[in-house]
Amino acid sequence: MELFTNQVLAGIATGAIYACMALAVVMIYQAIDHLNFAQGEMAMFSTFVCWQLMQWGVPYWGAFLITLVFSFAGGIAIERLLFKPLAKAPILTNVAGFIALYAIINSVAGLIWDFTIKQFPTPFGSSPFLGSQLISTHQAGMIGVTLMLLILLFFFFRFTRMGLAMRAAASLPESARLVGINTSWMIALGWGMAAAIGAIAGMLIAPVVFLEPNMMLGVLIYGFAAAVLGGLTSPLGAVVGGFLVGVFENLVGTYIPGVGNELKLPIALALIVTVLVVKPTGLFGRPIVKRV
Amino acid sequence: MSAIQEVVTEAPAVEAVPKRAMTLGYGTSLVVLGLLIVAPMLVKNFIIFQLTMLLIYALAVLALNILTGGSGQFSLGQSAFYAVGAYTSAILMEHVGINYALTLPVAGIVCFAFGFLFGQPALRLSGVYLALATFALATAMPQLLKLGYFEHWTGGVQGLVVTKPDAPFGLPMSQDMWLYYFTLVVTIAIYIFSVNLLKSRSGRAFMAIRDNEIAASAMGIDVALYKTLAFGVSAGITGVAGGLGAIAVQFVAPDGYTITLAISLFLGMVVGGVGWLPGSIVGSAFIIFVPNIAEGISKGLSGAVFGVLLFLVIFLVPHGARQVAMVAQQLTGKLRKN
Repeated sequence: MELFTNQVLAGIATGAIYACMALAVVMIYQAIDHLNFAQGEMAMFSTFVCWQLMQWGVPYWGAFLITLVFSFAGGIAIERLLFKPLAKAPILTNVAGFIALYAIINSVAGLIWDFTIKQFPTPFGSSPFLGSQLISTHQAGMIGVTLMLLILLFFFFRFTRMGLAMRAAASLPESARLVGINTSWMIALGWGMAAAIGAIAGMLIAPVVFLEPNMMLGVLIYGFAAAVLGGLTSPLGAVVGGFLVGVFENLVGTYIPGVGNELKLPIALALIVTVLVVKPTGLFGRPIVKRV
Repeated sequence: MSAIQEVVTEAPAVEAVPKRAMTLGYGTSLVVLGLLIVAPMLVKNFIIFQLTMLLIYALAVLALNILTGGSGQFSLGQSAFYAVGAYTSAILMEHVGINYALTLPVAGIVCFAFGFLFGQPALRLSGVYLALATFALATAMPQLLKLGYFEHWTGGVQGLVVTKPDAPFGLPMSQDMWLYYFTLVVTIAIYIFSVNLLKSRSGRAFMAIRDNEIAASAMGIDVALYKTLAFGVSAGITGVAGGLGAIAVQFVAPDGYTITLAISLFLGMVVGGVGWLPGSIVGSAFIIFVPNIAEGISKGLSGAVFGVLLFLVIFLVPHGARQVAMVAQQLTGKLRKN
């Protein structure tokens, strides 16, 4: 029983990573109705920017804030320059655009900062949390930040005019335009916010997985799995999904023999496919009705 | 909240391509065929090998084109089917000792079955969700191939070495040249099959589903059957391409079939023009030669150059090579009139 509890705790700790990433994925899905395959790379790039700032002697929280602003602006710039002209294009074109963005960011980051693995500092320290060997203070901090982010987002979307306008623009663009919402800028704002959340995820994940241009691929797949499990339309679902996926991954690794690190990605695949087959809307998602 | 139902009118997955615009005319086809037959006689062995790879990737892009351009479904997981085909051929040749030519239909059938089965859950998905599921499939495949359980057959991380076949009947040809012509024959056969498939009742059903799924089902088309069928056919052709690829490269290993391959094939399709079958060979040329050119421009930035080129294609010629070909046709038409 103790093994079980420990594994669940450890799973929650890794789950926080996936929850962060899933939150970013869901945010952008809400805003633009597409899954951004370059999301992980954008987060990775932001993390490198933060690392670079710290190399230049900026203290952690200063670098953190500057990175957030940079990512927000970067997300909006990418939307304005590259994806706004594609808004009316078929889904296929958008997917191709995301892939192109992925290749560009990955390669540019590799050129600027090369492919060697780098240490990334944590603001929370890495001593055991409350005497537990399984959760470090960093992981506890990560869980805390994720939950705080979720609450902030909830308040933003529920109680502010801007949040309401963004929701309106995402669910019924035409009607939103009729009541005077600038839907085009709402989408840009969604990109900016998703990029900033992704940056937070990246900066929290980097101390655990280490910083290098390809660090996000596995995390992104698990983030997708979490988002799908929670339902792509629900930020709360994404976070719950993230924790569930983390726990699930750990338990499968512990109790099913022969499943180790080398099966990480197939597990995510199996999870995505199962959820999509059994309950395509996810745990918290709303069904979408198509009009003929 | 739950009482309110969202109504979504989705953007089309891919643009509708009329059936006639999917192929080339007879004259142009014969010219291309002539070029493909003559080409290897004029160049060195290494270039013949590259031309063989060009045909093989063209097949894989063609397969994706049938799936996406024909039935409107996405796949970022073609590398998985390619890998299964390659491994099927390699294992049959090396462990069972079957003739290389006979392994190809087996690879095709195995992949058809695999694609058909994977198409079952994929049925529930459309657009982005399908891209996502297949994306996960492609990233998971190398890890599955490395699994200890299958190591006896797959060779694990090291992979398998495949022997290159000699030209039969004592033909005075190098191995590379024989393999090129062999691949060419297979490619032409599959191309003709694909063109006819899209002209057939099944092909029309694919296109009806692509253009409007609900309307298609109202007309009595078994949407589930034809969607999985499209997946199966596409996977089968990709499997044959994979088998040919294994024979040509003489080697299969898990890391040869990563998500990068799947993305390349997807790009090949976009560049060649979605739904335009002859564009497959243009797309294939793009994914084989452009990385070399990109590396020539800047070694570290090859990925970025690739990405920028892709954006240029999306923005300037969204219909890919088809658009270029049509403009060329109009221009020659005008010249003739003058």
